[in-house]
Amino acid sequence: MGQILEAGTVAPDFSLHVTPDQKLALSELRGRPVILAFYPADWSPVCGDQMALYNEVLSEFQKFGAELLGISVDGVWCHEAFTKDRHLHFPLLADYEPKGAVAKKYGAYRDEDGFCERALFMIDRKGKIFWSYCSPVAVNPGADGILQAMEEMPK
Amino acid sequence: MLKAPVTASDHIQGDQAAPVTLLEYGDYECPHCGHAYPIIKRIQKHFGKQLKFVFRNFPLSEMHPNAEGAAEAAEFAGTKGRFWEMHDGIFENQQELGVPLLLTLAETLGLSAPDLRNALMDREYAPRVKSDFLGGVRSGVNGTPTFFINGQRHDGLPDFEDLVAAIEARMSSEPD
Repeated sequence: MGQILEAGTVAPDFSLHVTPDQKLALSELRGRPVILAFYPADWSPVCGDQMALYNEVLSEFQKFGAELLGISVDGVWCHEAFTKDRHLHFPLLADYEPKGAVAKKYGAYRDEDGFCERALFMIDRKGKIFWSYCSPVAVNPGADGILQAMEEMPK
Repeated sequence: MLKAPVTASDHIQGDQAAPVTLLEYGDYECPHCGHAYPIIKRIQKHFGKQLKFVFRNFPLSEMHPNAEGAAEAAEFAGTKGRFWEMHDGIFENQQELGVPLLLTLAETLGLSAPDLRNALMDREYAPRVKSDFLGGVRSGVNGTPTFFINGQRHDGLPDFEDLVAAIEARMSSEPD
C-alpha cells in the first residue's frame, strides 16, 4: 500500500468522463471546495455502501458549497447503471483509461488489486489538499471526517 | 465514538441504571436491520437488567423509499408512549412496509390513523428523524445497522454470539 497525498499538496488536476459523452476537469471546480472520494468498485453490498451514504449526506456537504466527486476504475456505463440503481445525485468519475491513472497520481491505487483505495481528499478553494484520509479497503470511512474537515477549512 | 450522547429524549428500553447501553442506528426498510431485530430481542433477554437498548433513526431514503415514513410513524407513536410497539410492529412486518401498514399498525395500537396520515403528510416528525440521522453521521455511522456499546462503535457482524462477546468484553473492561 502506497502513501496517499497529504494535506498541503497541490491537488493534481485531471479530466475524466462523468457520462459517456461528458468530461469533468478538477480545475473547472476551482473556487469551490471539492471532496474527492476514491472507492474500490460500484456494486458493493447494499446498506453499508459508501456512495449511498454520501448520497444521503449530500445536503450537508452542499451547505458548505462543496462539490462531491466519486471516483473508481469502473467504466462510464457501469457508473451510469450504478447511479441509476442507487439514485445517486452526484457525479461518479471513471478512472478507466488508462486504468487508475488519476488514483495513482493521488497515491490511491492498489496495484495488487487493480482498483482504488478508499481514500478521501478535501480540496480547498485554491486547489490545495486540505485533508486526506485512507481507510482500510473493507471499511466504509463514513462522512464524519469529511464534515469535520469542511468545518475546519478556512472560508 | 458516539458524538451525540444518550439523553432523556431518546427511546430507551430496559433498566435506566443498566451498566451497558446498546444503541442501534437503524433503518426500518433495511434487510440487515430486519435481520438484527430478533437478535436484539435475544440480546435483551440474555442480559436482562444489565442492558438497556436505544434505537435511533438512520433512514437511507434514496435506497429505501419507505424508511423515512416508517421512522416518522414510530416517532409519532413515541409521542403517545407507543414507540416500541410501533418499532416492533414495523420490523415484524417489514415485508409489507408502506403507508398502509403504518396506518394499520397505528390502529392496532389504538392510535388515530388519520392523525398519523396528517403527521406524515406534514412531515411533522422529519426534524426529529433528521437530527438522529445527523448525530449518527457525526458519530461515524457508515451504514445500517450500526451499533454502539457504551458509546463505542461495534464493527463486528450483528450476530448474537458476536454482540454478546462484545458486550461482555465491555462489561469486564469497565468494572463498576
